[in-house]
Amino acid sequence: MSGSETTAGGLSRRAAYEARQRKRAMRVAAGSTAAVVLALVLLVPLAPGWEKVQRSFFNGEVFAKTFPGLLEAFLTNIYIFAWCAPLIAVLGLVIALCRDVRAPALYPLRLFGAIYTDVFRGLPVILVIYLVGFGIPGLGLPRPWNSPYIWGSLALILVYAAYVAEIIRSGIDSIHGSQRAAAASLGLNEKDTMRFVVLPQAIRNVAPANMNMFIALQKDVALLSFIGPVEIFRQAGVYKSLMANFTPYVGAALIFLAVTIPATRYADYLMQKQRRART
Amino acid sequence: MSAKLVLSGVRKRFGDNEVCKGIDLTVQEGQMVCLIGASGSGKSTLLRCINLLEPVDDGTILLDGRDIAEPGLDPQPVRARIGMVFQSYNLFPHMTAAENVMLAPRRVHGRSRSDLQAPVTALFERFNLGDRMGHYPDQLSGGQQQRVAIIRALAMQPEIMLFDEITSALDPELVGEVLDVLRSLRAEGMTMILATHEMAFAQEVADKVCFLDKGRILEEGPPETIFGAPREARTAAFLSRVL
Ligand SMILES: Nc1ncnc2c1ncn2[C@@H]1O[C@H](COP(=O)(O)OP(=O)(O)OP(=O)(O)O)[C@@H](O)[C@H]1O
Ligand SMILES: [Mg+2]
Repeated sequence: MSGSETTAGGLSRRAAYEARQRKRAMRVAAGSTAAVVLALVLLVPLAPGWEKVQRSFFNGEVFAKTFPGLLEAFLTNIYIFAWCAPLIAVLGLVIALCRDVRAPALYPLRLFGAIYTDVFRGLPVILVIYLVGFGIPGLGLPRPWNSPYIWGSLALILVYAAYVAEIIRSGIDSIHGSQRAAAASLGLNEKDTMRFVVLPQAIRNVAPANMNMFIALQKDVALLSFIGPVEIFRQAGVYKSLMANFTPYVGAALIFLAVTIPATRYADYLMQKQRRART
Repeated sequence: MSAKLVLSGVRKRFGDNEVCKGIDLTVQEGQMVCLIGASGSGKSTLLRCINLLEPVDDGTILLDGRDIAEPGLDPQPVRARIGMVFQSYNLFPHMTAAENVMLAPRRVHGRSRSDLQAPVTALFERFNLGDRMGHYPDQLSGGQQQRVAIIRALAMQPEIMLFDEITSALDPELVGEVLDVLRSLRAEGMTMILATHEMAFAQEVADKVCFLDKGRILEEGPPETIFGAPREARTAAFLSRVL
């Protein structure tokens, strides 16, 4: 009886108790956070090298001068990301499907898929970028086919497609055999079973994992700066040399975080939602 | 009446475990055959062999006189003629009830959505699900899901329906609505094989009851005989445990 009794506010006794507890926990958390922040603000400037660090990393004047240019350079990152991402999704899907073929005649595809994922997951991204980005234009291709934008992007696509393929494959494996059995019992062939029954569920299941891959890709676009494209990291380097000051790197970091933190949060949110839906 | 389905000497093993040890079974056109037997006796495996979800090791399965258990035969056209409903419904969770039902007729029989609209709606209405066609499986009760699964199999206009303990996962108050569907199918003359633990139901509707024991059909006959005066001691022992 007492468990379902409600108080004047319409809350059950338990809900009222939990609300009180939550408020208390919030107060404690806010208090301790404030204490830590205060300590940092007061103590860090006391460090002997602080003034030098502040001048070369947190210089307001340099920041104001370079930030617009950095933002503009970041557009290049966005372009590269925007054409790589769909190609990675397509290639990743193709590789994942290659690894799932059963027909003996298609065994070479299966082998290719396995080797592909092993090779490109086994190499540092930067190494692939160097090999592809310097190697292929080195063949003496005419313009515009010698552009580092093309070959650098290809390197990213090759590497990330290998990871995405593995993620999609794990999604395919996660679909219970009873779904395939149900599809087969209706007379659907293997191709239709994959296309209409297994893949849609698999891709939905691994969407958060793939989203994390694309966040990593967003960051790794900066690696292309090593073979030429002037994206934000490279631009920050240019500013650093011009002004003999590291603040542009801090500006670049802020721009990256402004994109990656919301995206990561969103991926986490999706992942949690999925976990809740499953239980 | 003619024999729709004739199994002779059907054998199936998983590794060292022989689950079907030479099964002979004849199902007449329009008959309802019930498979009963203890857990692990091979009821599900036998049904899965009949619609070729499991390849048969030995023996023949004649469907309208043609052997469908022949190794190397393309199983898809056969499966399209035999409907199967599973204990765990196995609806496709990312599709609405109507999409679940239309997928196979569209892909296997090449029918268009607009063609299917009328007959599929009629099926849903026949089983009192007319207002649930746009729902996803997780928005339906177990009994409703199982009825959608039956509609999904029926939409392929199968010649035989196989039911594998289709009420076992249901809350007791939902069992009745699914059994009503089976009664209705029986009334229209559908050929059916039903693995079941619902002995009362088997007794009520079956034309023939087969008692499976360790991969063999130990005894078969009309329900009055099997339930009233079983010949084998094992059958009697099993029935005394479950009745
Ligand atoms: N895919 C499989 N691989 C290996 N063994 C299997 C497989 N499927 C079934 N078996 C085995 O076959 C035997 C019969 O199983 P089956 O599911 O056909 O029994 P059943 O009569 O349907 O039982 P229940 O009433 O519990 O559903 C069991 O011993 C089981 O472990
Ligand atoms: Mg079973």
